[in-house]
Amino acid sequence: MGAEEGPSLTDDDAHAPLRPGRVIDGFTLQEHLHQGGMAHLWRVTHPAHQLPLIMKVPRIKGGEDPATIVGFEVEMMIMPMLAGVHVPRFIAKGDFARQPYIVMELIPGHSLRPRLDEAPLPLAEVVDIGIRVATALHDLHRQHVVHLDVKPSNILFRADGSAVLVDYGLSRHDHLPDLLDEEFTLPIGTGPYMSPEQVQFVRNDPRSDLFALGVMLYLLATGERPFGQPTSVAGLRRRLYTEPVPPRALRAELLPWLQEVILRCLEVEPEQRWPSAAQLALALQEPDQIELTERAHKATPAGRWRTLRRWLASVGSEPRAGVSAGEQVTRNPIVMAAVDVDNASEALLEQLRETVRRILSTEPGARLACVSVMRTARIGMDELVDEQGRSHHVRQLVGLKHWARPISQALDLGHGRLTFHVLEAPDPAAAIIDFAQRTQVDHIVMGARANSALRRYLGSISSQVVAQSECTVTVVRAPSPQS
Amino acid sequence: MKLALITDLHANRQALEEVLAHARAHGAEQFAFLGDFVGYGADPGWVVDQVRALVDQGAVAITGNHDAATVRGAQPTMRPTARLAVEWTRTQLDDAQLAFLAALPLAQRRGTTLFVHANAHEPAEWEYVQSRAEAVRSLQATDARHVFCGHMHQPMLYHLSGTGKAGDFTPVPGVPIPVPPHRQWLAIPGACGQPRDGNPAAAYALFDEDAMTLCFHRVPYDHETAAARILAAGLPPEFAQRLHDGR
Repeated sequence: MGAEEGPSLTDDDAHAPLRPGRVIDGFTLQEHLHQGGMAHLWRVTHPAHQLPLIMKVPRIKGGEDPATIVGFEVEMMIMPMLAGVHVPRFIAKGDFARQPYIVMELIPGHSLRPRLDEAPLPLAEVVDIGIRVATALHDLHRQHVVHLDVKPSNILFRADGSAVLVDYGLSRHDHLPDLLDEEFTLPIGTGPYMSPEQVQFVRNDPRSDLFALGVMLYLLATGERPFGQPTSVAGLRRRLYTEPVPPRALRAELLPWLQEVILRCLEVEPEQRWPSAAQLALALQEPDQIELTERAHKATPAGRWRTLRRWLASVGSEPRAGVSAGEQVTRNPIVMAAVDVDNASEALLEQLRETVRRILSTEPGARLACVSVMRTARIGMDELVDEQGRSHHVRQLVGLKHWARPISQALDLGHGRLTFHVLEAPDPAAAIIDFAQRTQVDHIVMGARANSALRRYLGSISSQVVAQSECTVTVVRAPSPQS
Repeated sequence: MKLALITDLHANRQALEEVLAHARAHGAEQFAFLGDFVGYGADPGWVVDQVRALVDQGAVAITGNHDAATVRGAQPTMRPTARLAVEWTRTQLDDAQLAFLAALPLAQRRGTTLFVHANAHEPAEWEYVQSRAEAVRSLQATDARHVFCGHMHQPMLYHLSGTGKAGDFTPVPGVPIPVPPHRQWLAIPGACGQPRDGNPAAAYALFDEDAMTLCFHRVPYDHETAAARILAAGLPPEFAQRLHDGR
């Protein structure tokens, strides 16, 4: 790369020390930002790149933990495969034969790490962080990657608020060899955040990241670490059988639904946690839709007998074979049914219901969000109450629930797998598209407007949704007699 | 430069045609054939002529156990049906085609890359690399950074680090995998002419020597015609069935 640049960019000797002004493959080292345990970070510039850049260079000395080197190699493999706002943009890498490095976009600002010292944080902020990080994690899981080292120091935020996950040295990509798999005889991860299955050497379950996020939310909300800061393997294994103190016992104003969310992240068995980061993000955005279980109301951790039982069960227990990130995401999709309860014909509503039922019955992990849009005027206040004295909003909700009841009965949709949302917006198509994007919906199912004067006048909502949304869209039509 | 790694062609004309077209469309400029050009399939002459023409343009070709058996007679360990195929194949090839097969080397080295049909530790014994232990044995027998083998019909990628840690990986088609030379890699592209991993699509891999990546591919081809030709030639029907099942 350096060879085709101007004469001022001749590369230095590969063995020269890192110092400001040194040029590596056309990148000029400007400022030493940070020296972590595993790598040096330098701010660098390159004439072909306007983006602020950092170069990460592994610390390689004699007799070092091979994790440093292999971890860097893993990051070099995975980063070029990633895209999107939730990861730093990858620019270049240098191989081990000369000078290993990774150049990536510099995300300005601090990581979430300094906020830890201020914990407990306001609960609204904890929830907000949870939504942003879960959204970023889902995007990563969709790209077949499990992060496996989610913690405040690996989370930054862009100016628009979206979370950026950094440091892929312990991560695992479904489609690449896992160089760390055979490398170590000790569990790899960061002690306080490591999931029980990571302690047992399972490295491919995306729900491990939800456990780590749960630890982080617990810590930000209460100021305490749910499983302490163990330094031994025996200490790490304790989380396989010891329950954390319920967060409400440490902070009384923490609402039961938030305790439900956090403790569900911290379940020992991945199957008991949130099935996907998107479903977790959706729950945090719609707390009144969360189904509260025993977790929400726990006041003390399990008693001694229950802990002993859990300990006995954990002794010699083998982790179940995990599922890959890609599979876990595909098996637990969020399906959105956009239902026009007021205007659609009975035949269309029936057809829509049947289509949604068929889609859900093939995916036991799927979650259904039933959405209707109340059209509001662009200007001025709407009349919120109709002549019967019931608000439009409630009527729409009742209509949605009525529409969904046969699906819910046929498929026995419990455990928060079914939610209802009435959106108020002047533009129904935009509202549907926005909701789908915000809640990371995988599949929108909606009815087509009948061929009528109304459609000619208003245009088709479904065609706008098909054209503009980022996910799969199924448009359903009621069977009509042949003309 | 992109190098297409094609192995275990087994006289399957339909599979080789599709694989060559796919590789060229994906930028392959060079070809390496890792042996077993004949045996099982109905078009040994056509396949040998194709490979011979590409070797004249610089392609690598090495011998496989089926090629050696066709030239020198089947080994006693060969299964009866495979032996039958060898004998039938011999009647289908002319002297020039047989001479081409007879002259193929057992292994070929190009820079830090080694091409060999069965394994790198005892290539003439035709032992399979079917586990991590055998892959390590092969990689320790050579200082080549990239070893490309056939013989096993299932795609697989093994790696060995400088500290002796080995791993294996079942590749996902179409994903370029970085294979930097500070590790050793042993890659089995999977069979072009007789896949056996339950997927009837032809297998091969593309090695990008500049980017140092390896991308495994699966290419669907007209296996029904290939199977019909096996039946029409009077070869054992199980050879035809295998192409349908990919087993």
